[in-house]
Amino acid sequence: MTDQNNEEVLLMKGNEAIAHAAIRCGCDGYFGYPITPQSEIMETLMELEPWNTTGMVVLQAESEVASINMVYGAAGCGKKSMTTSSSPGVSLMQEGISYMAGSELPCLIVNVMRGGPGLGTIQASQADYFQTVKGGGHGDYRIITLAPASVQEMADHVSLAFDLAFKYRTPAMILADGIIGQMMEKVVLPPYQPRWTEGEIREKSPWATLGKRPQNKPNVITSLALQAEEMEELNLRLQARYREIENNEVIYEELNCEDADYIFVAFGTSARVCQKAMELAREEGIKAGLIRPITLYPFPKDILKHYASKVKGMLTVEMNAGQMVEDVKLSTCGKIPVEFYGRMGGIVPSPDEVLNALKTKLIEI
Amino acid sequence: MNIADIINPANLVYEKTKVMNDVPMHYCPGCSHGVVHKIVGEIIEEMGIQDKTIGVAPVGCAVFAYKYLDIDWQQAAHGRAPAVATGIKRLLPDRYVFTYQGDGDLAAIGTAETIHACNRGENIAIIFINNGIYGMTGGQMAPTTLKGMKSSTSPNGREVSLAGHPLNISELLAKLEGTCYVTRQAVHTVAAVKKCKRAIQKALENSMENKGTSIVEVVSTCSSGWKMTPADSNNWMVDNMFPEYPMGDLKNI
Repeated sequence: MTDQNNEEVLLMKGNEAIAHAAIRCGCDGYFGYPITPQSEIMETLMELEPWNTTGMVVLQAESEVASINMVYGAAGCGKKSMTTSSSPGVSLMQEGISYMAGSELPCLIVNVMRGGPGLGTIQASQADYFQTVKGGGHGDYRIITLAPASVQEMADHVSLAFDLAFKYRTPAMILADGIIGQMMEKVVLPPYQPRWTEGEIREKSPWATLGKRPQNKPNVITSLALQAEEMEELNLRLQARYREIENNEVIYEELNCEDADYIFVAFGTSARVCQKAMELAREEGIKAGLIRPITLYPFPKDILKHYASKVKGMLTVEMNAGQMVEDVKLSTCGKIPVEFYGRMGGIVPSPDEVLNALKTKLIEI
Repeated sequence: MNIADIINPANLVYEKTKVMNDVPMHYCPGCSHGVVHKIVGEIIEEMGIQDKTIGVAPVGCAVFAYKYLDIDWQQAAHGRAPAVATGIKRLLPDRYVFTYQGDGDLAAIGTAETIHACNRGENIAIIFINNGIYGMTGGQMAPTTLKGMKSSTSPNGREVSLAGHPLNISELLAKLEGTCYVTRQAVHTVAAVKKCKRAIQKALENSMENKGTSIVEVVSTCSSGWKMTPADSNNWMVDNMFPEYPMGDLKNI
């Protein structure tokens, strides 16, 4: 085990990095249910026994439905609480996520995606893009979505997600895939932050249900507003917050785009493949670049719009049937051809097939 | 003697608990919810735990419980109150955490959450209002609806061959090692109200003694759903509900 606050470089799985980072960022409670390919997260937590060190609670629930509602209860007390799962389990959580969005509760949900629909496959996939960034549960809401492409980002996104979730009082999701969860890479874990005291929680989150103060009104966590006018008021407040998130919190990575004729757009594992494809293209004299959205919601539409007037075309690469490509098309307003290449079923495309797709779909036409 | 002589602090013999808010209740005349709310409010005041208690409201008629009792509340998704309460209690073990749920919420859609919270022995109190019907949505059949009992989704009476049997969930919960106190009460007479109050207080006290989960089932009336007057509802409950759901402690450790 490592000492507190050292900068040691470790080798571990993305799933393990999530567990370590959660303890280190002062997470108060983890509630989860086993599902491949992310079970190492809860296993690592149970092995590390953070309840003996930071006091973090780790509990195995009876289902994903229960997990997300335990997170709701803990989050309602202003606690940093989280759950992790994979696609079918995250489907079960959608009711709870909608309730948390409606009740304005911050939390972290990690989805280490596998292929679907249905029970699908345990192999890696990116097929939950729509579910995550377009709603998933019922009602008008959005959740902040981070897409890590490395084990280091799995670790870094934990505290980033909590910070954003509490800043905007909304659930945040880390949308990873089975490859990022399972692969081992070098990682520098974040330094330890103490868990918030109750005094700090009362200050940061005056809405938290910690017990009614005699001089105060009670705090009530609810998403219920029977009167249409009252409900619309909540809707408008949420929408205003989403516009603020869209204006302030976009994160993306841009590689070799300045002189590019063609740009790959991809997130997570697909972006790693595209980076290699970009290098192969450059070796052949094709000026290719890469834009990697790190926040999928808010989506980096401005940078795509910017390059839409500079390049000859974009190729969106995803491990699904073509989901993010719709947002790339919307962002580029039809100014340039936007093509899609993807594999499904848990198959990771190779850099060669991606480069070939660039040639056949955009260059040799 | 004029009215000012009568309404005079010196003559005060009974006062509404200050934990109950001065707002109109949405409950129908004759409904048991109002009495149980009052009991909970009185206990919280008498125990002096208003600043240490967090209630979890269900989906159902009691969804607005948070409007009536002056404590911190969380409103849970349908059936999920025991999971929400688990999240609260695990993070705030020195607080009194209770759920307040109806039969549809606790014994149908939330059966898994109920059984597993009780089986883990979560140190929470569960107040379970069993009136054998879905009141809020307009009187549909509940898991606890009696055999032959009419509801809007069993208009000719509950037929076991079609809809199965009434679910005696408290008996089931009493069998779990995680529960320490399972009791069945009612609030149809003054004596019953007093007994029920003692039971709910015990359940709240248990939650601080690390003994496990306490469940107080309150067999209740739903005059609107049963389509009876409040007085007839009480009589019908005694004659029909009590034989299926007998009063008394099922477990008391």
